[in-house]
Amino acid sequence: MRIHCPHCGPRGHDEFVHHGDAVPQRPQTDATDAAFHDYVYLRDNPAGLYRELWFHAAGCHSWLIVERDTRTHEIRSVTFARGDA
Amino acid sequence: MSARLPSGGLIDRTRRLRFSFDGRRHEGFAGDTLAAALLADGVRLVGRSFKYHRPRGVLTAGPEEPNALVELRSGARREPNTRATVVELYDGLEAQSQNRWPSLRFDLLALNGLFSPLLGAGFYYKTFMWPAAFWEKVYEPLIRRAAGLGSLSTAPDPDHYEKATAFCDLLVVGSGPAGLMAALVAARSGARVILAEQDCLFGGRCLSERIVLGDGSAHRWVQSVVAELAATPGVRLLPRTTVVGTYDHGAYTAVERVNDHVAAPPPFEPRQRLWRIVAKRAVLAAGALERPLVFGDNDLPGVMLASAVSTYINRYAVRPGERAVLYADNDHAWATVADLRAAGAEIVAIVDPRPDARARAAVVARDAPLLTGVVRRALGGRTLQGVEVVGADGHVHRLDCDLLAMSGGWAPTLHLTSHLGAKPRWDAERSMFLPEQLPPGLLVAGAAGGELTTAAALSTGIRIAEGSLQSLGIAPRGVTPPVAGEEADAWTPLWRAPSSRGKRFIDFQNDVTTDDLELAHREGFGASEHAKRYTTLGMATDQGKTSALNGLATLAALTGKSIGEVGTTTYRPPYTPVAIGALAGHHRGPDFRPTRLTPSHEWAREQGAVFIESGAWLRAQYFPRAGETDWLPPVIREVQAVRSAVGLCDVSTLGKIELKGPDALRFIERLYANGWQTLAVGRARYGVMLREDGRVMDDGTVARLGEQHWFMTTTTANAVAVYQHMQHCHQVLWPELDVQFTSVTEQWAQFAVAGPRSRELLRRILASGEDISNDAFPYMAARAVTLADGLRGRLFRLSFSGELAYEIAVPARHGDAIIRRLAAAGEDLGVVPYGLEALGVMRIEKGHVAGNELTGRTSAQQLGLGRMLSTQKDYIGARLARLPALDDPADTQLVGVRPVDGKTRLVSGAHFLPLAAPTTFEHEQGYMTSVAYSPSLGHWIALGLLKNGRQRHGERLRAVDLLRSQETEVEICDPVFIDPQGARLRG
Repeated sequence: MRIHCPHCGPRGHDEFVHHGDAVPQRPQTDATDAAFHDYVYLRDNPAGLYRELWFHAAGCHSWLIVERDTRTHEIRSVTFARGDA
Repeated sequence: MSARLPSGGLIDRTRRLRFSFDGRRHEGFAGDTLAAALLADGVRLVGRSFKYHRPRGVLTAGPEEPNALVELRSGARREPNTRATVVELYDGLEAQSQNRWPSLRFDLLALNGLFSPLLGAGFYYKTFMWPAAFWEKVYEPLIRRAAGLGSLSTAPDPDHYEKATAFCDLLVVGSGPAGLMAALVAARSGARVILAEQDCLFGGRCLSERIVLGDGSAHRWVQSVVAELAATPGVRLLPRTTVVGTYDHGAYTAVERVNDHVAAPPPFEPRQRLWRIVAKRAVLAAGALERPLVFGDNDLPGVMLASAVSTYINRYAVRPGERAVLYADNDHAWATVADLRAAGAEIVAIVDPRPDARARAAVVARDAPLLTGVVRRALGGRTLQGVEVVGADGHVHRLDCDLLAMSGGWAPTLHLTSHLGAKPRWDAERSMFLPEQLPPGLLVAGAAGGELTTAAALSTGIRIAEGSLQSLGIAPRGVTPPVAGEEADAWTPLWRAPSSRGKRFIDFQNDVTTDDLELAHREGFGASEHAKRYTTLGMATDQGKTSALNGLATLAALTGKSIGEVGTTTYRPPYTPVAIGALAGHHRGPDFRPTRLTPSHEWAREQGAVFIESGAWLRAQYFPRAGETDWLPPVIREVQAVRSAVGLCDVSTLGKIELKGPDALRFIERLYANGWQTLAVGRARYGVMLREDGRVMDDGTVARLGEQHWFMTTTTANAVAVYQHMQHCHQVLWPELDVQFTSVTEQWAQFAVAGPRSRELLRRILASGEDISNDAFPYMAARAVTLADGLRGRLFRLSFSGELAYEIAVPARHGDAIIRRLAAAGEDLGVVPYGLEALGVMRIEKGHVAGNELTGRTSAQQLGLGRMLSTQKDYIGARLARLPALDDPADTQLVGVRPVDGKTRLVSGAHFLPLAAPTTFEHEQGYMTSVAYSPSLGHWIALGLLKNGRQRHGERLRAVDLLRSQETEVEICDPVFIDPQGARLRG
């Protein structure tokens, strides 16, 4: 697999560390136990488009959000997790 | 008797090569394969089959060979299961036949054939079911010896393998007419091209068949195209390179056999090179594989594919037989008749099942009988002596022959199109599987796409390359293909195997017959994937290259489905076998990963240190002196020196991270479970970091070097994970925090200077103005310092040992000089270097947790760190750390352990059990995590995790280690064995 890092350009996937689902958001301090439980333990595993976190460990150390189709490995978009381009 | 023709072929008759097969000496020519040279020397029996030990000969002339597997070379370079049909001959080559005992000609295990009813489909699952205990001890070893392939050399491989990456616009796989045309179009258009060819010569079928292109031989045309490619910048020619796998996003893996064609690689050269090729576009022009026909005893040596017969004649100038029968269901194979005649062989007959072919075939047959019918059975003992043919009229003819050239048509080599998961589609009209959905960027040309004539291969090669280049925005330059003659290609596939008393082999390599598939179908394993597992059809080194289609056709007939409905099994990489050595490359033995050396490594080596791996680091374990032959005496001596004088230890391996910014404090607050608001500049504090699930992730110290300047350490083991976690926290969770941090683990050399005389020693190397008195620089102080020579460093008053102790940090390049200066300056103080063992002993004496306790499954509360968990702030893990389960007294808690008799050695991993209860799992109460001999106390001590342990100090238990058959009565105590008030470290 090749991932187009917005900072470094297209690189082999072995430069990156996969971190799974990018969708769950860390709840606020006053959220319920159940909300924290879901955040820590529950992950979707869709057949299709998936937003996931990758860390460019052997590159610029950026955390990236990669939009990937789990059926075809087609990558639709790669953006910085921190938001700016 | 030599079968070598007096002239012709692409061999170099001026270079004679000597080789041996099963110890017998032979000779061949440069340009031969091992199979060609053996056939030239009249050797037809080259191996024994997998299960039944039947005599086998050469079936093919390529990598699809199922029979002619040999062990190549000897000693440490012995390599089993190499295919003689692709092994290039070199002077001094040694090869051995496989799977026979005691010899190839006289194989006692051929008796297996008599027991074949027992060895049919699913025999593994049925015959050896009972009694269960027999499987490991009796059945499996017996089967492994009787049925199998070659054996490995158990010596380490003396050769090197390497990896390389290449990028290109167009990767062309295969260099037959289609591949050469595609590469030429791309080369002339200025594209970056890689042409990979598994053979040592470019040309594909042009090397094997007598084809006329333009006004000359196809071979001459190949040479001119290859010369032009070689002279074009941006073109990389990779002969001896098999593209074995297609991966996502245009990545391909290829194996280049750099030096397999010589006895041993020259100095500094690898045997093989594993390529990762990243290609914007790719053209698969891998050709097609000829299908064998199924009849009784079709595995006899002398039965060959028609294309292989032509190849041996045209390329190697070897006549594989004197009296030949052609058995084919297609017109293309008739070219083999012409090749045989040109080689001086007699054509005994042409057997063709197609009634409509009679008129056309008469042209080729000339004076040979033309039989419309099918071959029922091959006849002969160790080699072919004749065939039985059943004519269309039902008459049985017996023909004497020593060669049967067979052809069941061609199957496109589409493996690389299916590696990403797409299954090929059955084209009923053309009787072939063709790719339906192609990997992005990959297109197919020539026979691999079902275009079987040379003319079509040339034109599709050009067309596909042009399209690929245009999609990249590269304007293709025109290439005019040479004119190719007309080729007969009519084909009516014969799928049926006539009934016969002989075994009708479908998979030669795995000894799978039509009867096995019938049995599998009867027993409910008729689906293609089931039949494969049940019968082993299509497994092992050839992965069904010659058997898949016949297997599917047989299953289709049995189930009443079409071949397309039965469907292929899944194609997976690699296309042909890849040596594990090629996949490992240089990453083996000590080079499996880089070794990290500490700044004081050289000095420690001079001190006689024994080193131990600690993650990727090599650290000093202990420093034995003359006369200290065991590990314990030096460790005791080092601990005593630290506790009574001063010791030096390299702690540079700790993860070191520098943080700056207005929000650094806020960030650290959220990272660690304990609070930092009150930490003053110039002070350090111990910190505990949780994961979001509430368990302990790591621990370390954080020093505040300035208002917005912080410096933290992690454990050696977690340095990378903690840094990545921090980046995650900053970039993903809290990008709004204004903080910058970076790992400086490699930048600082850091040494622990520990012991009552450590202050005295440090004063000797620091600048005279540096006041490190207890008042000016108390316990947990941290600040920049100047050394006596003006070098700037950092000093931390931290203690892992429990003694008065410091850690001094200097830029890594000065580490070696500073450790030497410390050692020299402290000589009269009794300074000693101490290693990881002494460090561990002292931390156990002080009850500090380390890796054995920080397992990722323990909570701060379990480890006695519960009071550190702040309730005043949000931090990673804050919420789930409060779950009652993480502070349940029924769970284990950190305790100290000592032997009741004050003598017995404790062993880590021993389980706690009550004195009276039986030794069963229900009574298990926890286990010992870390043990050490405490020189300070004069007996063994341990840390452990014990259920409700904090309430049980003073209680006696049994520590049971069933693995080492040891049981010790122990007393539970506080985990801090030495100086619980910490008077020493504050002194």
